[in-house]
Amino acid sequence: MAGIAIPHVTYANLEDEMKILVAVKRAIDYNVKARPKSDGTGVDLANVKMSMNPFDEIAVEEAIRLQEAGKAGEIVVVSVGTAACQETLRTAMAMGADRGILVQSDDEVQPLAVAKLLKAIVDKEQPGLVILGKQAIDDDSNQTGQMLAGLLGWGQGTFAAKVEIGDGSANVKREVDGGIQTIALKLPLVVTADLRLNEPRYVKLPNIMKAKKKPLDTVTPADLGVDIAPRLKLLKVTEPPARAGGVKVADVNELVAKLRNEAKVI
Amino acid sequence: MEREAMEFDVVIVGGGPSGLACAIRLRQLAAESGHDLSVCLIDKGSEIGAHILSGAVIEPRALNELLPDWKDRGAPLNTLVGTDRFLFLTETRAIRFPTPPQMHNEGNYIVSLGNVCRWLAQQAEALGVDIYPGFAAAEVLYHDDGSVKGVATGDMGRHKDGSEGPNFAPGMELHAKQTIFAEGVRGSLTKTLFARFKLREGVDPQVFGLGVKELWEVRPEKYQQGLVTHTVGWPMDSKTYGGSFCYHLEDNLVAIGFVTGLNYENPYLSPFEEMQRFKTHPAIRDTFEGGRRVSYGARAISAGGFQSIPKLSFPGGLLVGDTAGFLNVPKIKGTHTAMKSGMTAAESVFELLRAENEPGKEAVDYPHRLKNTWLWDELYRVRNIKPSFHWGLWPAMAYGALDTYVLRGKAPWTLHHHPDHEALKPAAQCREIVYPKPDGVLTFDRLSSVFLSNTNHEEDQPCHLTLHDDTVPTRLNLAVYAGPEQRYCPAGVYEFVEEAGQQQLRINAQNCVHCKTCDIKDPSQNINWVTPEGGGGPNYPNM
Amino acid sequence: MTALVIAEHNNKSLNVATLNAIAAAASIGGEIHVLVAGQDCGAVAQAAAQVAGVTKVLSVDAPHYAHALAENLAPLVVSLAPAYSHLLVAATTSGKNVMPRIAALLDVAQLSDIIEVKSADTFVRPIYAGNVLATVQSVDAIKAITVRTTAFDPVATSGGSAAIETMAAGPDAGLSQFVGEELTKSSRPELAAADIIVSGGRGVGSAENFKIIEALADKLGAAVGASRAAVDAGYVPNDYQVGQTGKVVAPQLYVAIGISGAIQHLAGMKDSKVIVAINKDEEAPIFQVADYGLVGDLFKEVPALVDALGK
Repeated sequence: MAGIAIPHVTYANLEDEMKILVAVKRAIDYNVKARPKSDGTGVDLANVKMSMNPFDEIAVEEAIRLQEAGKAGEIVVVSVGTAACQETLRTAMAMGADRGILVQSDDEVQPLAVAKLLKAIVDKEQPGLVILGKQAIDDDSNQTGQMLAGLLGWGQGTFAAKVEIGDGSANVKREVDGGIQTIALKLPLVVTADLRLNEPRYVKLPNIMKAKKKPLDTVTPADLGVDIAPRLKLLKVTEPPARAGGVKVADVNELVAKLRNEAKVI
Repeated sequence: MEREAMEFDVVIVGGGPSGLACAIRLRQLAAESGHDLSVCLIDKGSEIGAHILSGAVIEPRALNELLPDWKDRGAPLNTLVGTDRFLFLTETRAIRFPTPPQMHNEGNYIVSLGNVCRWLAQQAEALGVDIYPGFAAAEVLYHDDGSVKGVATGDMGRHKDGSEGPNFAPGMELHAKQTIFAEGVRGSLTKTLFARFKLREGVDPQVFGLGVKELWEVRPEKYQQGLVTHTVGWPMDSKTYGGSFCYHLEDNLVAIGFVTGLNYENPYLSPFEEMQRFKTHPAIRDTFEGGRRVSYGARAISAGGFQSIPKLSFPGGLLVGDTAGFLNVPKIKGTHTAMKSGMTAAESVFELLRAENEPGKEAVDYPHRLKNTWLWDELYRVRNIKPSFHWGLWPAMAYGALDTYVLRGKAPWTLHHHPDHEALKPAAQCREIVYPKPDGVLTFDRLSSVFLSNTNHEEDQPCHLTLHDDTVPTRLNLAVYAGPEQRYCPAGVYEFVEEAGQQQLRINAQNCVHCKTCDIKDPSQNINWVTPEGGGGPNYPNM
Repeated sequence: MTALVIAEHNNKSLNVATLNAIAAAASIGGEIHVLVAGQDCGAVAQAAAQVAGVTKVLSVDAPHYAHALAENLAPLVVSLAPAYSHLLVAATTSGKNVMPRIAALLDVAQLSDIIEVKSADTFVRPIYAGNVLATVQSVDAIKAITVRTTAFDPVATSGGSAAIETMAAGPDAGLSQFVGEELTKSSRPELAAADIIVSGGRGVGSAENFKIIEALADKLGAAVGASRAAVDAGYVPNDYQVGQTGKVVAPQLYVAIGISGAIQHLAGMKDSKVIVAINKDEEAPIFQVADYGLVGDLFKEVPALVDALGK
């Protein structure tokens, strides 16, 4: 019979095992097209579908696979944002994470502040591995994992396509321009997930119900002693200008000449 | 195949107004009486509201009964209808008619029904309803005695060819003592129930319209909160049933839509392009100049009314809302009736389960209860208006006036409906319609429209638009009817493309906005719409 | 006001992306210094010194800088940072890896992927996969910036005569080690990272005919993409798809062949620097966004293009 894919984990046998912290962000659903508000003050998110950032879903999946492979113990998921982020944490717990922490704030929290908040959580939780998505599909910053690693003084396996946990160290295959780079990193470690790391599982109904009962703690930035004042001021948002059509060329020779001499792209 | 099963007292299929109202009423009754019962609601949309599309002006009558303090609970009913206009359009002119009495909107609200459903879902969850969006009910389950046992959700992670992919997750069985089908217009499971329990025997066929809707953000000077406009006439010819709505909501948002009766005869007709063309009318286009279109969608409407209501109960389950068809056509409203049917069903089911806590029983008193509510009386009175349009617009308008003002809905006769899919005439007998090209500013093509509906389906899954016979599209539809599916589909799902020197039907299932028109209008009923993987389909915001 | 641009290189030659980053630094104004940290990377420092507009090259040579590992490179840049108002790097995977670590250690925000310089503290950057442009102002004393390379034309590789200053190396942080690299040189590049993409649409007609597209891609060293229509028609697998549910790409050159230009597709590639369209339908929407359009039969034009490129 098709059972529930997630093994039952008791905390007793986790004590010596590596804890994994996974950071997840509630972001616009990847199917939804973002649109600037007409007054340019921000992006119109009223009643649009929100989901877990897809790269973070991959991060959660990787943690669960490491746990299933016996390489890790408890999985703690953390989110930073409004109370609605509880939903995102519940989704991660329905996938298989064991416990959630919401750092609740109604204010905008920029990547540097998120990294500081996560550092405070890491200091408390002492995980051996932190996994994040490589970037969120809303602000496309691609910063938080690297910043967190920097603040912690840990190694960073960014844009991971494969993670192999060894004894005291890990090999991470990274998606770099033009290929795959493999680096060895000391544990503890920060990993950021790229698209090909894995394909996240479907969440099953009974697991959604079970996730409702998993522990979820809420703290505030003030509790963690972190100043989250933004350092970047958003002056305005606009729609990108429509691309104007160019010229028609008569034949392939003219095209090649234009590409070589005018556009200089070949 | 073995699947996991979960047990509930009541499972509700569909998170629209009827399903949510039913869920809320059930939990209210449980709380009031102290007789607990578990209620689970599933919806194929990625979230509640994702697949909801309506005008919408709603009459708050049912909501007042269900949650009298809805205002305090922050229900998104923010815009009372103000000015109410009813226009008859010729190609160049607009003539204002007195608004028919059924269409009067005092005390009604212009809303996004999707947002109302999002709010209703919060109320339901607070009352203890388990709501699971993203799970499509794909199959009805039966007990050995033939009564309904529940539903199974669809498998996830199958490849296009049906084989199991690496993340394959089999569907779940949801067992219930009573299963309530609130699938909305042309429910895919309801269709199987009609056949199995012969629920449509002795009633008129259901008839449908296709509503194509856009949401615009207009320039502040063009905006008049609360303004409601309906039109009849152009661009429909007098034989084709159709009309528009235009509602000014909050925040400079204007909803505009065009409904085409799916009993149209000319296979060259394209409801999508009628909508686009309609917007260019001099009385209409001005509102949208300088504005921007922010959303798009389409959905079929059940328009049969009273004489098309099927048998509503069967062993183990009930039908509520528009999957049965409670729309009041002349009023062009169905939310209040859908909710009322759900609430009434809840009362019947609750009484039944309190008396006999057994699976597979039939809540036979549901239709009787319904007959004693305002819903039944309301639908009875207007039953002859829509079928009279079979005679064409002008006779119908005249008949409508007679029926409404003189007979007051109490005519000693009932006019009947004919199935929509039989209405198409061979292309050879029809005039080809040449629609204007979209300008990309006021009028658009299908694909840039679907883009705004945020529609997606996992690419690698079995096609959810199934054909009984693969040869029909070319052999019959193309040869005789000039391929009507490429025109009636408002999402560009169906295309005839040349392959190896032959015209072949290509089904772009990913584009499907779940409007169900193909399942309704295909001339030989060759297309069977089944649920794709849960979570697929449109993601309508504010629709 | 002086900007420090972190050079990207392979210890032998300067990566052209660095020239885009220098161009961004130039549009901020002020002096431009370039950091070349690597192993036996003297030639790179020499090349950087020639680049137009560069006034000083800082050269640091140590084995632990050979692969630009963030754990070692970041502290080095941090130690140099107080002298600078702006730190820039190309938004390549290498630049994206190191700059946020630097920013965090300096306790400053980072401006990712800028496409325009409005002033010394205000920049434009795409968000929401390029569907929205944000104008952002930094309040930090040091601006840490990654630069979208396609948005800034590279500066000339010659014309400069900067002094090269050799600096002492910092310690090896001992956190990370380079193990190996598999560069996809032999086969085609990845869609997401390719400089050139050749994409085919439904006009290609069959899976068999996609060989025509592949031949052109191989000639250009390009990745192969496809429109949703071509994927739906089964000509190529899903992962070739550019557009709505597929990948958003922004290569230097995008060649759209037999693609009509449905909005989903346009959304996926409109940030490309140069777009070429080959289509027999003169009215195809793709021509409205193409820098160079060629109206013609792809089965004739594409092989002719391969020949013309060979000349």
